[in-house]
Amino acid sequence: MASIDAEIGRTQEERKKMEQQLASLTSVTYDVDLYGGENRFEGYERSIPVNEDEENQDSMDSEVARRLASFTAPKSVLKDIPRGGEEDDGMGFKKPLRIIDREDDYRKRRLNRVISPDRNDAFAMGDKTPDVSVRTYADIMREEALKREKEETLRAIAKKKKEEEESKASERERDAGSAPVQPTQKRRNRWDQSQESDTSSKKAKTASASDWDMPDSTPGIGRWDATPTPGRVADATPSVSRRNRWDETPTPGRLADSDATPAAGGATPGATPAGMTWDATPKLAGLATPTPKRQRSRWDETPASMGSATPLPGATPAAAYTPGVTPVGGIDLATPTPGAINLRGSITPEQYNLLRWEKDIEERNRPLTDEELDAMFPQEGYKILEPPASYVPIRTPARKLLATPTPLGTPLYAIPEENRGQQFDVPKEAPGGLPFMKPEDYQYFGALLNEEDEEELSPEEQKERKIMKLLLKVKNGTPPQRKTALRQLTDKAREFGAGPLFNRILPLLMQPTLEDQERHLLVKVIDRVLYKLDELVRPFVHKILVVIEPLLIDEDYYARVEGREIISNLSKAAGLATMIAAMRPDIDNIDEYVRNTTARAFSVVASALGIPALLPFLKAVCQSKKSWQARHTGIKIVQQIAILIGCAVLPHLRSLVEIIEHGLNDENQKVRTITALSLAALAEAAAPYGIESFDSVLKPLWKGIRSHRGKVLAAFLKAIGFIIPLMDAIYASYYTKEVMFILIREFQSPDEEMKKIVLKVVKQCVSTEGVEADYIRSDILPEFFRNFWVRRMALDRRNYRQLVDTTVEIANKVGVADIVGRIVEDLKDESEPYRRMVMETIEKVVANLGASDIDARLEELLIDGILYAFQEQTSDDANVMLNGFGAVVNALGQRVKPYLPQICGTIKWRLNNKSAKVRQQAADLISRIAVVMKQCQEEQLMGHLGVVLYEYLGEEYPEVLGSILGALKAIVNVIGMTKMTPPIKDLLPRLTPILKNRHEKVQENCIDLVGRIADRGAEFVPAREWMRICFELLEMLKAHKKGIRRATVNTFGYIAKAIGPQDVLATLLNNLKVQERQNRVCTTVAIAIVAETCSPFTVLPALMNEYRVPELNVQNGVLKSLSFLFEYIGEMGKDYIYAVTPLLEDALMDRDLVHRQTAASAVKHMALGVAGLGCEDALVHLLNYVWPNIFETSPHVINAVMEAIEGMRVALGAAVILNYCLQGLFHPARKVREVYWKIYNSLYIGSQDALVAAYPTLEDEASNIFSRPELMMFV
Amino acid sequence: MQASDRFNINSQLEHLQAKYVGTGHADLNRFEWAVNIQRDSYASYIGHYPILAYFAIAENESIGRERYNFMQKMLLPCGLPPEREED
Repeated sequence: MASIDAEIGRTQEERKKMEQQLASLTSVTYDVDLYGGENRFEGYERSIPVNEDEENQDSMDSEVARRLASFTAPKSVLKDIPRGGEEDDGMGFKKPLRIIDREDDYRKRRLNRVISPDRNDAFAMGDKTPDVSVRTYADIMREEALKREKEETLRAIAKKKKEEEESKASERERDAGSAPVQPTQKRRNRWDQSQESDTSSKKAKTASASDWDMPDSTPGIGRWDATPTPGRVADATPSVSRRNRWDETPTPGRLADSDATPAAGGATPGATPAGMTWDATPKLAGLATPTPKRQRSRWDETPASMGSATPLPGATPAAAYTPGVTPVGGIDLATPTPGAINLRGSITPEQYNLLRWEKDIEERNRPLTDEELDAMFPQEGYKILEPPASYVPIRTPARKLLATPTPLGTPLYAIPEENRGQQFDVPKEAPGGLPFMKPEDYQYFGALLNEEDEEELSPEEQKERKIMKLLLKVKNGTPPQRKTALRQLTDKAREFGAGPLFNRILPLLMQPTLEDQERHLLVKVIDRVLYKLDELVRPFVHKILVVIEPLLIDEDYYARVEGREIISNLSKAAGLATMIAAMRPDIDNIDEYVRNTTARAFSVVASALGIPALLPFLKAVCQSKKSWQARHTGIKIVQQIAILIGCAVLPHLRSLVEIIEHGLNDENQKVRTITALSLAALAEAAAPYGIESFDSVLKPLWKGIRSHRGKVLAAFLKAIGFIIPLMDAIYASYYTKEVMFILIREFQSPDEEMKKIVLKVVKQCVSTEGVEADYIRSDILPEFFRNFWVRRMALDRRNYRQLVDTTVEIANKVGVADIVGRIVEDLKDESEPYRRMVMETIEKVVANLGASDIDARLEELLIDGILYAFQEQTSDDANVMLNGFGAVVNALGQRVKPYLPQICGTIKWRLNNKSAKVRQQAADLISRIAVVMKQCQEEQLMGHLGVVLYEYLGEEYPEVLGSILGALKAIVNVIGMTKMTPPIKDLLPRLTPILKNRHEKVQENCIDLVGRIADRGAEFVPAREWMRICFELLEMLKAHKKGIRRATVNTFGYIAKAIGPQDVLATLLNNLKVQERQNRVCTTVAIAIVAETCSPFTVLPALMNEYRVPELNVQNGVLKSLSFLFEYIGEMGKDYIYAVTPLLEDALMDRDLVHRQTAASAVKHMALGVAGLGCEDALVHLLNYVWPNIFETSPHVINAVMEAIEGMRVALGAAVILNYCLQGLFHPARKVREVYWKIYNSLYIGSQDALVAAYPTLEDEASNIFSRPELMMFV
Repeated sequence: MQASDRFNINSQLEHLQAKYVGTGHADLNRFEWAVNIQRDSYASYIGHYPILAYFAIAENESIGRERYNFMQKMLLPCGLPPEREED
C-alpha cells in the first residue's frame, strides 16, 4: 500500500509539473527542457566568443545566453531515425519544426517588435512637403527620442526608488522593491511597472490611487496623432515626465483615433460605451489628483490602451503582441480582421496549440478504463485494491481554465461522443482547391473560407483575396501548387502593389507558430517580389527589416544566409538613403536586441552597397554625442562588417579604424569594450596585413590594459592578441613582452571568459615570429602550466579546446620535449577528462613535430603513461585515447619495438573484454599500429594477432566486427598475402557469409578486405569460391553508401581478372533484368569495369548479344555499359567502334527516348576517345543518326544529344558540325532557328578560331561588303 | 528558352553563351552575323602570327601595318548597318 501511495505521489508530482508546463504555454514562455532551447551561440559567432554575454547584459540576464548548447546528434542522423508511423510524431523526441521552439529567450524577443506602419518615401515625393498623415523620418526620430527619454526616466525612477528603499531599514519585505529595480523589463510587464513607478514618483499622492488610474489618464492626445503605431503605444504607458501633455484639451475628432472599441473590426468611435468620458479624464488627471475610478471595468481600458490597432476579441496578454496587432492599423481596415476568426470564435494560435497539446497529452495519459486493464492483465495473480483515502483525483486547473469540452472530464470511463475536442483538428474544407489550412492560419486566411461571390467584391478586395490565396498556396500547398503560386506572385508583383503584398506577407512571418520550411518559403516570396518591385519597396523597408533581421541571428546557417541575401537585395532596391533613413532610428533603440540586429543588418547593407558609401554615416554615428547606444551600435556595425566581409575590409581598414578609435577612451564602459572587440575583428579580418592602420590605436590599447580590469580588459587583450600577429618580428616581440606581464597576471583570473581570452592571446603571441623559444620557456611556461594545466580546465569544453590549441601552439615554438615532458606524468592522473586532455595535446604535438626530440627516458614514461591511460579509460566517444596511442606509436616508429609485446598483450587482453566498446577499440588500435609493427619486423607477432582476430570473426556486435575486419585488412595489407596467417584460403571462405551482413561498417570493411584479396591473392582461392562471392556481391550493389558500391564494383573487376570474365559477366548480365534501377546502374558499371580489366573483346560479344533480348531494361543496361565502357577504355575504343556501330544505329533510331539518350552518350564517349585516330567515317555515320534528335525537348535526352555533338566537334572538327548547322541558322521557323543557334553557339564557344576558315562566303549587299578577300590571297 | 531548360545545365549554358560577343540567337540577321564573322576573322588573322606574315608578304606591307589595318577594319567591317525597314 505504501508503495502505491508513493507511486501516486510521484504521478501527481509529474502531473503537476506537466500542468505547469501547460499553463506556462499560455504566456508563450516555451518550456526549454521539452523543446530543447538549444543555444548554439558558439557555433554562430566563432570569432568573437567574448562579447555575446556582456553585450546582452544591458537589458537582459546573461544567464540565458550563457546556457551551453546541449549535445545533440547531427540533423541528418536525426532525420534518418526510422519512425514508427503517425502516432509518434506529435510528441516524442522529434526535432521541433517550429522556429519558436528552438529559439532562446533572446531570439524570441523578435516577437516583441512591431511591424511599423508604412513610411514616407522621400524620393517619390519630389519637392512636396509630406502630408501630415504620413510618417516621415522626423516623426520616427521624435518617437524614438520620446521612447528613450521615457526609458531613461523610468530607469532613473527605479534607481531612485531603489536607493530610497535601501536607505530605509530593511525590515520591510523586499519583493515590492526588488521587482522594479530591473531597469528594463520585458515590455509586456511595463504596464505594472510604469504604473508603480508613477505612483512612487508622486509621493505626495495618496496610496489609494487605484491600479487603473494611470491608464485612464493615458496618452497625451497629441501623441496619438504623431504616432499611429498601434503596437508600440500598446505597451507604452505614458510617463508623467512628458511636458505638454496635460495642457492639451483633446478634441473629439482626435478622440476617434485613440479610442477604438473592442468591437471586432470596427473602429467606430460611436460604439464607445457612454460612460467613457475620455475627454474629461485627462483633464481631471492632469489638474491635480487622479481620482480613483473604480467603476470602470478593465474592458474599457484595455482596447484603448491597445491603440487603434485591431483589437483582438478576447485578447489575452499573450495575444497582445502576436501579429494580431496588425501593422496596418487604421490605414487599412481590411486587415486580417479578427472578424474572420468568428469562424471558430476568438482563439489565438497559442490557444490552438495549447488545445492541440493538451489533447495530445490527455490522449496519452488518459486513465485506463477497467475494461482496458482487464484486457491487459492476466485474470489471476492480480488483485483490485481500493484507492487509498488520501487519493484525490487530479483536476487540472489548466484544463478548467480553457473550458473546452475535455474529452475525459471523468477519469474512469469515456463516452465516445464526448470527444468533441477532435473537431479542432478537422478543419473546414477549404474551397476551390486551396491547400489545407492549419488552425493558426485562420487568423490570416480565414477570409478565404467565407464563400463569397467573387464578383460582388470590389477590385481591391478581389486583389486581397487573390494574394491571400497565392500566399496560402505557397505556405501550405504541394510543391507544384507552390511553384505556380510563387511564379504568379512574382509576375504580378507590380500589379498587386507593394502595400497589399507586404501587408499580407509580413504578418505571416511574425506568426509565432511559423515553421522553418514556411519561413523559408515566405522569405523566398519576399525575395522574388523585391526584385520585381524595386523602388516601390521604399515605404516598406523598415517593416521588412523587422521581420528579416531576426534571421541574421538565427542559429541555422542557411537562415542567416537567406537573411543576408534579402537585406542585400533590399538595400539594392531601396538605395542607401532609404536604408539609412529606415534603420537610423533603431540604432539607438532602447532595446539591445533591436540594436544588435540592426548592426548586423547594417553590415549587410555595407557589403551590398560598398563600405565607402556608408563611411560618412558610420563616422557620424560613432561620434554621436546624444547617446552611448548610438556610438555602441555604430562601432558594432564596424565589427560586423569586419566579420562579414573578411579581408575585403583591407582597402578601408584605415578609415574604419579611425572611425572607431576614439571609442577606446569613451566614457561608457560598454562602448570601450565593443571598440576593442571591433578592433580585434578588424585585425582578424585583415591578417596578416594592415598593421600600419592600427598604429593610432596601439597606444590607447596598451595604456588601456594597464588601467582596465574585468571585461574591458578582456576585450582589450583580445584586440591586442589579434593585432600582434600583424606586426613585424621585432615589434611583435617587444609588444608581446609588454603584454605578457599583464597576461601572466591574468592567468590566475577566475573569470571563465578572461581565461579563454588569455589563452587565445597567448596562442596568438606565441605563434608570432619575433617571440623566441627561450623567452617562452623561461617566462611563460612555468606560470602557464601552473595555472592552466589543472583538472578543472578539462571540464569545460571550450576551455579544454582552447587550452589544447594554445599548448600545441607553444609546443610548435619550444619543441616536443619541453611540453610532453611537463605533462607526461599527468597521463596517470586520476581524473579521466584531464587524462584525455593530456592525451589529445600529446597526440597533436607529436603529430605536428614528430618524436625525434623525445629521449629514452621520456619515451619510456610516455609509453607507460599512454598504456595506463588507454587501459584506464571508461568511456571514449571521441576516440581521443585511440588516436593518441596511434599517433605516438607511429611517431616513435621503430623505437616502439621493445614495447610491442606489452602493447600486443594489452590488445589481446582487451580483445577478449566483456565490453563491446573495448573490443572494438582494441581492434581499431591494431589497424592503427600495423604499419609500425611491420617496421619493427614483428611479423610473427602480427601473424599471431591475425589468428586471434580470425578467431573473433564470430563477433556479434556489428561495430566490433567491422573493426576486426578492418584490423585484419590492415595486417593483410602490411604482411602480404603469402605470409598471412591464417592462410588466405582459410580466411576468405570465412568472409563469404559475412558479406551478407547488412551493417554498413561491416559491409565496407568486408568488401575492402575481399577486394584486396581478389586483387592480390586471388590464386589462393578456388574459382568456385569466387563465383559464390560474386553472387553475394550483387546484393551489395544495393548498399546505401557510395563507397561500398564502388568497392563492390571494383571487386567485380578483380574477380573477373582472376577467374576470367565469362562467368562473372554472365552473372552480371543476368542482373540487368532486375527491377531496381540503382542495382542495374551499378551492374552496368561493373560490366564496364570487367571489360576494362579483361580487355573489351572478351566482353563485347556477350554484351552485344544481350542487346537482342527484347526487354527495355536489358537493352538500356547494355547501352549504358557501352557508354561506361567507352568512357573507361578511351583510345582502346578505336578497335571496337566499327563493331558496335550497327548496334548504336539501331539504338539511335529506337522509339524509346532512353535508348536514344544512352546511345547518344555512348557516342559522345566513343567520339572523345577516338578523336584523331582516324575513325571519322564511322563517326560521321553515327552523327547522321544523332543529328535528327536535336529537336528533342526532354532535358536529359537533349543534354545527351548536345554532348554527343560536342564530342563530334572534337573528333571531326568544327567545320563539319558548322556545315550541319548552316542549314538551320536562318530557317523560316523560329523553333528550328533557336535550336540551331544553340548548337552554333556552343560550337562557337568551343572552337571559335577553327570556324574562321569554314564560314560560308556571303554575297555582298548594296552598301555592305561581306566577302573576306584576305582568304583569297595567294603567294 | 524552353521551359525545361530553365532549371538545368542549359540555363547556365545560355548564360555562358551570352558572355561571348560572337554568339548568336534566333533573331540575328544576315548583317549582324556577317559582322561577327568578319571580326572573328580579323581577330584570328592578328592572333596567328604566321598568317599575318603570309598576308604581309602577299600585300607587300610590313607585318605591323597589316596588323594595324586589320584592327582598323574591325571597327565597321561590313560598312554601316542597313536601314531597318519595318520596325
